[in-house]
Amino acid sequence: MQDVISPRPILNPNERTAWQRFTRNLWQHKYLLLMLLPALAYVIIFSYLPMAGIVIAFKKFNYNQGILGSPWVGFKNFRFLMMSNKLAFLTRNTLLYNLAFITVEMAVEVVFAILINEITSKRFKRVFQSFMFLPYFISWVVVAAIVQAVLGYEYGMINGLIETLGGERINIYANKDIWPVLLVLFRVWKMAGYGSVVYLATITGIDPEMYEAASIDGANVWQRVRYITMPGLKPTMLIMFLLALGQVFRGDFGLFYQLIGNNAAILPKTDILDLFIYRALASTSDFGMSSAAGLYQSVLCFATVMIVNGVIRKVQPDYSLF
Amino acid sequence: MNRTVPLAAPGVRRIRQNDRLAFNAIGYVLVTAFGLACVLPFLLILINSFTSESALMHNGYQFILKEVSLQAYSLAFKSPQRIFWAYRNTVCVTILGASIAVILASMTGYVLQRRDFPWRNGFSLFFFFTTLFSGGLVPWYILCSKYLSFRNNYHALLLPMLFSVWNMIIAKNFMKSIPYEITESAKVDGANDIVIFFRLILPLSTPLLATLGLFSALAYWNDWFNSMLFITKENKMSLQYFLQEMINSIQALKNLVSMGAGAASLSGMVSLPQETMKMAMTVITTGPIILLYPLVQRYFVKGLTIGAVKG
Repeated sequence: MQDVISPRPILNPNERTAWQRFTRNLWQHKYLLLMLLPALAYVIIFSYLPMAGIVIAFKKFNYNQGILGSPWVGFKNFRFLMMSNKLAFLTRNTLLYNLAFITVEMAVEVVFAILINEITSKRFKRVFQSFMFLPYFISWVVVAAIVQAVLGYEYGMINGLIETLGGERINIYANKDIWPVLLVLFRVWKMAGYGSVVYLATITGIDPEMYEAASIDGANVWQRVRYITMPGLKPTMLIMFLLALGQVFRGDFGLFYQLIGNNAAILPKTDILDLFIYRALASTSDFGMSSAAGLYQSVLCFATVMIVNGVIRKVQPDYSLF
Repeated sequence: MNRTVPLAAPGVRRIRQNDRLAFNAIGYVLVTAFGLACVLPFLLILINSFTSESALMHNGYQFILKEVSLQAYSLAFKSPQRIFWAYRNTVCVTILGASIAVILASMTGYVLQRRDFPWRNGFSLFFFFTTLFSGGLVPWYILCSKYLSFRNNYHALLLPMLFSVWNMIIAKNFMKSIPYEITESAKVDGANDIVIFFRLILPLSTPLLATLGLFSALAYWNDWFNSMLFITKENKMSLQYFLQEMINSIQALKNLVSMGAGAASLSGMVSLPQETMKMAMTVITTGPIILLYPLVQRYFVKGLTIGAVKG
C-alpha cells in the first residue's frame, strides 16, 4: 500500500488511497467475488427481499395492487391479531412443544449414543443404527400414512389388537389429550436416529486412554459414563441445545401439518404459530394478518437467539454461536 | 499405580465384567426395541400393500396376511400417467437441484474461508444473518408467486432449496481443514481461483460432497411444501405432494361415504381399493430413497461429523 504514490495532487489523500486500495482489492479478488456472486444473489433475492416485504404487515395487501401499491393501514393487522385472542395460546403451544422436542430428543439421543457405543457386536451396532436412521429418510407425508395405518380407527393395527384382546376401539384422531404425547413420540421416532449418530461420533472422538486409565483405577461402566462420556459430550450437547433454542418459536410445520392438518377435534391442543400462519395465508388469504403473525414470530426468534447468545457469551464464551 | 493393579485386578475385573454385562444387556434390549419400532412400521406398510382391499377391511392392518394380492399395485399402474409425471419431476429436480446445491454451498464456503479474502467476515455475517432473522412465509410467498412466476412452473420445485446457509457453513468448516498451501502454491503457479477450486479443492472434498449431496437430495426428494404452495397442475407436482393429494382425496371420499352419499355411488366408491392403494402408493414413492440408503449410509454416518456445526 505504501508504494501507491499518485503523481497528481490529491485533495484528501486518505480517502484516495482507501479507494484505490478498495478497487485494487476488488480487482485482485475478482474471481473469488465471481464465485461468491450466485449465492449472494440467492440470499438477496430469497432472504433479504422478503425481509423488506415485512411492510405487508402494515398494509392492507391486495394481490393485484402488489406490495408497493397496497394502502397502508398502520397497526391494524396487529390489532386484529391481538383481538383474535389466539396469539398467547399459539405462542405457548409452539414454545412448549419445541421445548419438549428439544429435551426429550436430546435425552433419547444421548442415552442411545452411549448404549450403542458400549455394545460389543459390530454387526448388531451397524444393523440397528441403520434401522434407527430409517425414519429420518422419509417425508412427513409418509409418516402420516404410517400413523394412520397404526392408529386409525377402523383398520388401525393398535385398534385391531385392542379388539382381539376384547377391548373397545378408541378413536385416537378425536382424542385431543393424547396428541401432545403422540407428537413428541413421532418427532423423536423420526429424529433420534440422526441425532444419536452425531453424539456417537463425539464419543468416538474421546481419548480411549481416559477409559483405560479409569478402568485400571477400578471405575465401573456407570462411573465411566458419568465422569468421562458425559463431560465429553457436554460441548456438543450445549451447541445442539443452543442451535435448537434459537428456533424455539418456529414450529415443525411438516409434522403438525401432515399429522394434524385441519383436524378440528384435536387442534385445540395442537395448534401452533406456523399452522396459524399457513391457514391465514392458504384458506382465508388474509395476507395482512398472516404476515403480521409471521413478523411477530420472526422477532420472537431473533430476540431469543440474541438473548441466549448474549448470556452464553458472558458465561461461557467458548460456546457462543457468534 | 502399577503396583496396585495386580492386587486389585481379580476383584476389579469381575466387577467390571458384571457391570459391563448389565450395561450391555440394557443396551441390547433398548436398542433392539427402538430399532424394531423404527423398522416395523415400514414393514407394516409394505406387507399390507400386498393384500386385497376386502381382506384389509375385514382384518385391519396386520403383519401376517391371510390373503396375498397384487390388486392395489395393478390398479395403481392401470393409469400410470400421474405416477410417471410425479416421478419424472421429482427425479429431475432431485438430480439437478442436489448437484447445483452442492456446488453452490461448497464454492461459497471455500471463498468465505480463504484467509487472503479481505471481506470474508463481512460476507459471512451477511449470510449468517439470514438464519437469525427472516421475513416470514408471507412476503416470501408473495415474492415467489407474484414476482417470480412460481405458479405451476418447474422452478418452483427447484429454486427454494438451491442454497442453504447451514450447508455452506458445513462446507466452510470442512474447507478450513484443507491446507491453505495448496491454494497458495497454485496461485504462485498462476492458476486463478475458479480453476483452483474446481481442479484442486473439489477433488479433495469428496466426503463433504457426498454428505451435502445426500442432504440436498433428501430435501428435494421429500419436498411436498413447495408443490402445495405453488403447483395445481397434475403434471407438475412432486412425488410426495402427489402422495399427499392421493391420501387426502381418499380421506375425503371416505368422509363423503360416511356422511351418507347416494347409495348407488356409495357402493361404487367402496369397491375401489383405498387403504391398500394408499399403502401401495407409499411404497412406490418411498422405495427408491430407502433402497438408496444402504449404498450411501457409509458416507452419511461419516459425513455427519464433518464440519460439526459451529459458525
